[in-house]
Parts: sequence; structure tokens; C-alpha cells
Amino acid sequence: MPGPARIGRGLLTDGDRPVGFRFDGRELTALAGDTLASALLANGRRLVGRSFKYHRPRGVVTAGPGEPCALVDVIGSAGREPNQLATTLVLREGLVAESQNRWPSLSVDALAINDLLSRFLPAGFYYKTFMSPGWAWERLYEPLIRRAAGLGRLVAPAVEHPAPAETVHDHADVLVVGAGVAGLAAAHRLGACGLKVLLADQDVTLGAGALLEARAIAWREQMAAALARLPTVRWLPSTTVLGAYGHGVFGALETLSPEAEARFGGLRERLRVIRAKRVILATGAPERLIAFPGNDVPGVMLAGAALGYLRRYGVAVGTRPALFVNNDEAYEALFALHGAGVRPAGVIDPRPQSLAMERARSLGVEVHAGAVVASVAGRRAVRGVSVANVGGGHRATLRADCLLMSGGHTPSTALAAQLGAPLKWQEAIAAFTADLAPAVGSVAGAARGVFGLAAAARDGDAAARAIATDLGRAVNSAIAIDLPADPAATPLAELWEVSAPGKAFVDLQNDVTTADVRLAYREGYEHLDHMKRYTTHGMATDQGRTGGLTGAAVLAKARGVPVSRVGALKPRPFAQPVPFAALAGGEVGEHFKPKRRLPLHDWHEAAGATFVRAGLWLRPLVYSGSSGWEPVLAEARAVRSAVGITDVSTLGKIDVQGPDAAKFLDFVYANTFSTLAVGRARYGLMLREDGLVFDDGTTARLAPEHFLVTTTTVNSVAVLEHLEFHLQTVCRELDVLVTDVGDHWAQFAVAGPRSREVLERVVTGVPLSNEAFPFMAAGAATIAGVAGRLFRISFSGELAYEVAVPARHALEVWSALIAAGKPLGIRPYGLDALNTLRIEKGHVTGAELNGNTTADDLGMGRMLKASGDHIGRSLARRAGLLAPDRLQLVGVRPVDATRRLRNGTQLVAASARSTSLGYVTSSTPSAELPGWVGLALVAGGRARIGERLLGVSPVHAETTDIEVVSPHHADAGNTRVRA
Amino acid sequence: MLRIPCPHCGERDETEFRYRGDAGKARPAGDADIAAFATYVYERDNPLGWHVEWWMHVAGCRKLLKLVRHTLSHEIHAVLAPDAEPPFPPREQGR
Repeated sequence: MPGPARIGRGLLTDGDRPVGFRFDGRELTALAGDTLASALLANGRRLVGRSFKYHRPRGVVTAGPGEPCALVDVIGSAGREPNQLATTLVLREGLVAESQNRWPSLSVDALAINDLLSRFLPAGFYYKTFMSPGWAWERLYEPLIRRAAGLGRLVAPAVEHPAPAETVHDHADVLVVGAGVAGLAAAHRLGACGLKVLLADQDVTLGAGALLEARAIAWREQMAAALARLPTVRWLPSTTVLGAYGHGVFGALETLSPEAEARFGGLRERLRVIRAKRVILATGAPERLIAFPGNDVPGVMLAGAALGYLRRYGVAVGTRPALFVNNDEAYEALFALHGAGVRPAGVIDPRPQSLAMERARSLGVEVHAGAVVASVAGRRAVRGVSVANVGGGHRATLRADCLLMSGGHTPSTALAAQLGAPLKWQEAIAAFTADLAPAVGSVAGAARGVFGLAAAARDGDAAARAIATDLGRAVNSAIAIDLPADPAATPLAELWEVSAPGKAFVDLQNDVTTADVRLAYREGYEHLDHMKRYTTHGMATDQGRTGGLTGAAVLAKARGVPVSRVGALKPRPFAQPVPFAALAGGEVGEHFKPKRRLPLHDWHEAAGATFVRAGLWLRPLVYSGSSGWEPVLAEARAVRSAVGITDVSTLGKIDVQGPDAAKFLDFVYANTFSTLAVGRARYGLMLREDGLVFDDGTTARLAPEHFLVTTTTVNSVAVLEHLEFHLQTVCRELDVLVTDVGDHWAQFAVAGPRSREVLERVVTGVPLSNEAFPFMAAGAATIAGVAGRLFRISFSGELAYEVAVPARHALEVWSALIAAGKPLGIRPYGLDALNTLRIEKGHVTGAELNGNTTADDLGMGRMLKASGDHIGRSLARRAGLLAPDRLQLVGVRPVDATRRLRNGTQLVAASARSTSLGYVTSSTPSAELPGWVGLALVAGGRARIGERLLGVSPVHAETTDIEVVSPHHADAGNTRVRA
Repeated sequence: MLRIPCPHCGERDETEFRYRGDAGKARPAGDADIAAFATYVYERDNPLGWHVEWWMHVAGCRKLLKLVRHTLSHEIHAVLAPDAEPPFPPREQGR
């Protein structure tokens, strides 16, 4: 039985399988089935950490997920993981853990001086103390506080997890949260009715309270076996329901056992998204602390935790325990330890008498009724307790090595509250409970304030019957709950704090004392959630599970109102810390976003393209592996001097058909399309209803009732949705269908003075002379034998065509175009060269269509139709959007052609350098002109053409003389496209 | 997370839909003045209670739905075609 404090057989531990581990450098041995906390307690380790603020010695307080103090760093091959709960961390061979928040060691901690300085570190001390001088916050105070405060240390992982996490989706008729007696009875009933049940519990095993009660063990085993036989019931162990998101959707985190981890290739967590028709919240009622001086000394723990360590792991938390409780349920710990041969130091109970007290007396235990603990002797471990009368006055001193406390049990209402359930104060248990609407589900067992195993099981069964009936199932009345009757108990007496000198903690994790709560109240933080923010009460990993309500009660007393008026802390998801890795699941690295590849991706790759992400698309940036502008300019010059070809398949393409298609386009575009002749294309500008520019593109009329709309790559999804929205609302009466054909067509631009010669070699059925197929012509054509479409449109400013063919023919057509252009010097060009060409030409893209610009700002104000309604018509005419000093599109060039431009450079007048007049939106070295050219948005820019401004980029420590010019750097007369 | 009963596709997660705003606002006539359009585009109630709103099933049938949803409880009272008049008013809860 590894460990001196292991006095018996635990339900979860295997006495034949010792497990070696290391804590703070010491080699220790425990048993398979232990948690790190039970393993440390078995080895007599009381001191396991230092507290957050005062660096006070701390020990294990609970036996479950609400643990405030026993947080450790776990060091593994994957790095150092902080803030692991020793109370839920399942021990595995070779585990290495270290205590947190201490230096140089756990027993000697330099910052424990904070405890002596505590009168200078009250609640809210950062807000008060570190105010001045102003510079000192960043350089002095913050670094010091960061070193002193915090919990664990985060160190970047040395290697990536082989299988970090996965996300799975579960569906059920009923989700039962909690596999205690109420949850077991409910799941059994629902399963017997044939309903699909998910039974989720954070524990590694079924039973919760039934594990702790010898008389319930047989029933628990029966239920486990019965559930295993029900095909529609699925038990999810080690699964914490993290949050309730309404409409039957819940998030849960499953932590895999060491065995499951090995089986699933190192997978450690599963995030489960559960959708269920109904929920039963059988989440139990965790025990709460009492705020008395010294309630944080290692060895002071919850009574139920001591019972748990004995029953589950066979560990006695002390050899001479004292009990300080206000309710009969908590005496079970004392009786169990007594039964295991441990001799208690005594019982302190504020009540004058109770049934459990009598039983303790009959066992020969010293009982102090009407008494409280006034102080605890010992610093790194409990040595004794000082007992006082409830009304004041010393009564006795007990020698004890641990103190088991219980201030009652607080039903877990977090999930119900997240589902909008109001809280109700229950005087009998001095706590809040919540009920769910029948359409959502119900709360059962201790979570509803129904204490006692048999009563809770019956309550779970009743909840399940109601839900089964509601879901249309016949309920078999033959199933009975045959748990032994609950022992009679005397009700608890409300006891939140003991008024005596010394620090009495309401939040052990954040070092919040009763005095801090009262200070917060005096300083005006009367609302519980304000007090929480000021003092940090109820924050961090334990979310105030052990002392949340105690803090609320202290605040209530300060305010002079009942606790029911103060309420409970607002519980938000998540219920426990969740590793980011679990939330990310498989969507990491390469898989963070889906990738869209062009039909010609492989060709581009083979041609040496460097790819860039454009939205989800991978687009060729430049056909070169080397960085720098030279390969880009070589591609752009090929277009300007001969011919180039680029893949523009990513453009959005929307087919618009129907008798009212032209009318519809007149409404969604700011310019007119009903006048467009069949076989022609037109540049179109879409506005949002607020009058700002939404998107642009070229739209062709293929037949009287058939248009093809193109959109920018990034807006293709949004434009489609915009069209569909209006077709289903304000344009409902129009007979039009829109279809996304973006993926159907591969589209290539062939651009340059020799582009016609290339096309003439591959296009049949369409004469390509300037007269027969002029600028902005569009129509069906056969390209390299493939039926497709031809458009004479240009983004580069050169004579240019775009060919569109069904995507499956992309490679043959592209290859034919390349082959035809080879003697003419054709080159493929990427997105960078495309950008260089359009900037030279003054065409706008996302940098200028930035959601803040109007048609007028972009120099396209005259495109807006004079008559007829269109989206954005009215608000585009607002005076503010037509003001002459708005940022307007201009061209910019450095005065000294050897200087470069940068996107984002601010433009200022030399005479008023602190006032920005605008900024550079796009820039490139020019393929045609010497030096750099750019586009900019400048206040009243069109009137400034010819002026000089300063381009200032403080982050680059650069100032450049800039000349404001027309945005049309190249071919301002637009003659080439018509050649 | 909302589970929206799409009349065309069945009950689906909210993430399949795109919220398109207040469905209680009608676009003014094309020749209406700037003030009328400003009201349509910018002015929104922020009701605690029932709200009529547009949801488009973008990852499903791409139909626009008119939902009557409670902004506090998230209860969905009705899912309607775009031109349907909501069966209103559902009795307001005493909040």
C-alpha cells in the first residue's frame, strides 16, 4: 500500500499496481487509480502550493474539479502545462509535476513576505497603489506584479502534440448531466423507455455520492450493470459539460484516460458538441467552506473531500482530524474515518444539538456544540484548532493534524442559469436552486436541493418519467428504486463566517478575505458582480465553487440584506478551464482554413509559381521562387510589350436569368444595364443601401434575358447573398433566377498588344477584328475546340481578352493559349504583376473599395444613373458623402524616382505635418514608368493634382516628397484597350 | 446556439444561417427622401422580447426566412416565408 497514509482499500485504486511519479523533484510511489492529490496525501504531503497573492502555504481542499489550491504544473515531453488540478489529474507512471507560485522552493518562498505586507495589499490595490508616476506602470510596476502574481508558468511546447484534440458531435433524446444517484436513476428510466440517452459525468466512474456511502454500493453496481445492458444509453466518463447554449446545445470536454490516450494515438481531449431534445441537470451540490481565520492552512479541507479520499483511494487525510461543520451530512466523513480506525480530535458545530452530533458522542468523540473555530494553529500544516463559543469567548484548544469543514452544500445552478432559469432561495439548505422549463428539461437530485441518496434517486426517476411521457414514451411502472432509506438528519444552521482576528478566506484561489469583501462594499461595489470584479472573488479556474456563496453572504451581511437579495455570481461558460488545443481541435496549422485550389493549380505549381492566399484561394503570386520585384516586373513588362496570360478563375461569376433580369440589375447596380446590348459587357458598380461602394465587376449580356455578373474574388459570396436577399424581399415580384456559376468556369485573361494574335490562333467562330469584336464585346466562342465565352475586357489597360471555358477544360485551353502565344513571347503572370498593371492604370481593388469610399470618392460619381431607383441611391446623395474635402482617389509618385512608396504611408502637407490628409492605398514599382507609382485616398484629392505632399511612415522612419497625380499613370487616354 | 427549424431543410444549427437584420423594416419607396432611408438603414429598436428578423439559410436552401425570436429566451415563435405577416403580437412575458 504505497504511502504511509494509505489505511485501507480504495474503490478506485488497485493495490497491486504501484505507480511511480515525481513531485517537486522527489520520487514518490502511489497506486494506479490515484489522482495526483490522493497520491500526495497518501505520501503525507500536505503542502502542495503557494497562494496567488500572499504566497501562503496551501494544501488540497477538495477531491474534485472545484479545487482552488492544488494546482500544479505538469512537465511532459510536450512541454510544461500549468494549472492542472491535482484533484482530477489521474496519476500515470512517470508523471512529473511541480508546485506553482513559489521561489526558490515550496517550503521557503521569498514572496511570502506579501503575507506580512498584506495590510498594504487590500482588494483593488493595483488600482490605488500603482497610479503614479505614469511612466512607472509599464516599466516598473507591471513587470514586478507579473512576476509576483499569476498561477502557473506557461512555457511554449517543445514539440507539437501528435494528436492534440478532436471535436465530435453527439445527438440524443436526453442529455443527463451528472452520474450520481439522481442521474443514474434518470438515465436508467429513460433508457428503459427506449430513449437515446447521453450520461455525461466529470468523474472517471459512475456513482458520485453513492461511491461514498457503503449502503449504496450494491445499488450503484446494479445500476451500472443495468445501464450497460441498455443499448440506447451511452455513458461519457471524464466529461465535463462546459456550458449550455440554448436550444438543446451543450458543449462538453472529455479528458481521455491514460489507457484511452494510448489507444487513440496520443489524443488527450475531445470537445463534444451535444444536441439533445431535453436535458436533466443532476449536477449535485458541492460542499462549501466556512470563512474562519486560518481556513487556508494546509490540512484544512472540505469534510466531503476527506470522505472521498478515504472511500475512493483508501487514504486518511490525517491521523487526528477535527470536524467543523454546520450540517449532519458532513459528519459522514468523521464516521467513516472513525470506522477505519482513525481517532478524531473532536467536533465543532455551531448548532446546539443534532442527530449526527449525538451519534458522534456515542462513538466517544469530543463534541463542542454551539461552538465555532476561532483560529488554526500551524502555518505549513494544521497543528491544532482553537474553539470558541458561538457568542464569543474561548472554549477549548484541540490538538489536531487536519480540520474538516463544511458550511453546507450549494446546488450547482450554473447550467440552469445559463439556460435562463431564475434562482430561488431555499431556506432549508441556505442556498439557491433553479428549475428549468419543461420544454427544456429538468433539474434533479441534490442540484435541486433534494439531499439524501434515496430521495435524490427518486427525484431523478421522477424527472425522467415526466420527460419520457412528454416525449411520447410509455413509462414502465415496474422499475423501483430500492436504495436503503436515508438516515434522518437535523437541518443545517446557516454559518458563513466566524468573526475573529486573522485572515478568513472566502476565495482560496484568489486570496480574497472577508475583509476584502467588506472593503469592496465600503468603496461602493455593492452588486455581487461588481464586488467580484473588484476583489477577484469567484474568478479563475474554480469559479468560486467552494466559497462563491460564502462571499455573497459576507456581502449581504455588509449590506444588511438577506443573501437571497444579493444573489449568486453569474455563471458563464466554461465550467472549467479548457485548453485552447481542445477548442481548436483539428483546425490547426494547414487545416485552420479550407484551401481552394484553382483548376490549374498543378500547372501553376509546375511552372514554379509562388502561391498566395486570397480569401480561401491559393493564387499564383509570381512565377518565380525568388523574392524581390524583378520577376514581377518581367511579367508585367511582357504584358505591356507583347502578351501575358493570367488565371482569373477566382472571380465571382453569377448567372442572372429571367424576363426581369435587366430590371433587377438596374436596381442592384448604381449604373444602368437595361440599355446594354446583347453581346456587350459593361463595368458595373454596386452600392450598399447606405450609399457606399460595395463591389465592382464586369457584367455581360449574353441574351436578352441572360446576364453574367462578375464580382471581385473576395466579395463573391457576399454579392450572391446580396442579390438573393433582394430577390426575396424588395424585388420579390421580379421573375429572375440567380445562380452561382463561379466554380463552373475557368477564366483566363490574355493581355498585351499581341493578345489578338494569340486569340486568332485558337478562337473559332468569332471574327476578332477591332470592328467585329470591339472593346467590351462579349459572346459565345469556341476556344481551342471548347465551347466557351469570350470577353474583350481589360484590367491591365492593354488590349486584352478574357476567355471562359468549363472548368474541366481548363488545362487544354490554357495549354493551347500558351502554345499559340509562344512565338509571340507569351508569359504567365501572377497576382503581383496583375496588381502592378492595375495600379499603373488606376483601377481599384479591395484597398480602395474599403467600405468607406463612395462612387464619387473613386472618381466614378458620374456613373450613378440620374433617374430610377437603385440600392444606395438615396443615401449616396447625402451632403456628407458629396463633400469636396472627402478622401478622393488620386495617383501618387515620389518626386525622386529613386525613392519607394509604401502602402499605408500617411500624406501630410509640408506646412501642417501633424494633420493627415490621406494615405497611400496601393503601390508598386512601375513596369512602364521610372520608379514607383501608387494610388492614394487624399482629402479633396482631385483638386490637389499637381501638388506636392510629404509621405510619412513613422514606423519606417521615412519621409518622402510625393507628387499628387492622376490615378491613370499609364495610357491616360485609354487608347490601348481600343486598339 | 440557435437551432432554427428551416421549413425547407429541417432543424439546423444557427451557423448554417446568416443573420440579415431586422425584418420589421420595409424599404421605403425609391423616391423617398434621405430621412426615410436613413431610418430604414440606421435606426433599429433593441427590444427585450419578441423580434422579427431575417435569417438566410446560406449553407442550406439559400432561402430567406422570417423568424419571430425572443431576444432574451431565444425562443423561436415562428419561422415564416419572407412575405408572410408574423402572427403578432405573441403575448409579452411580464419582464
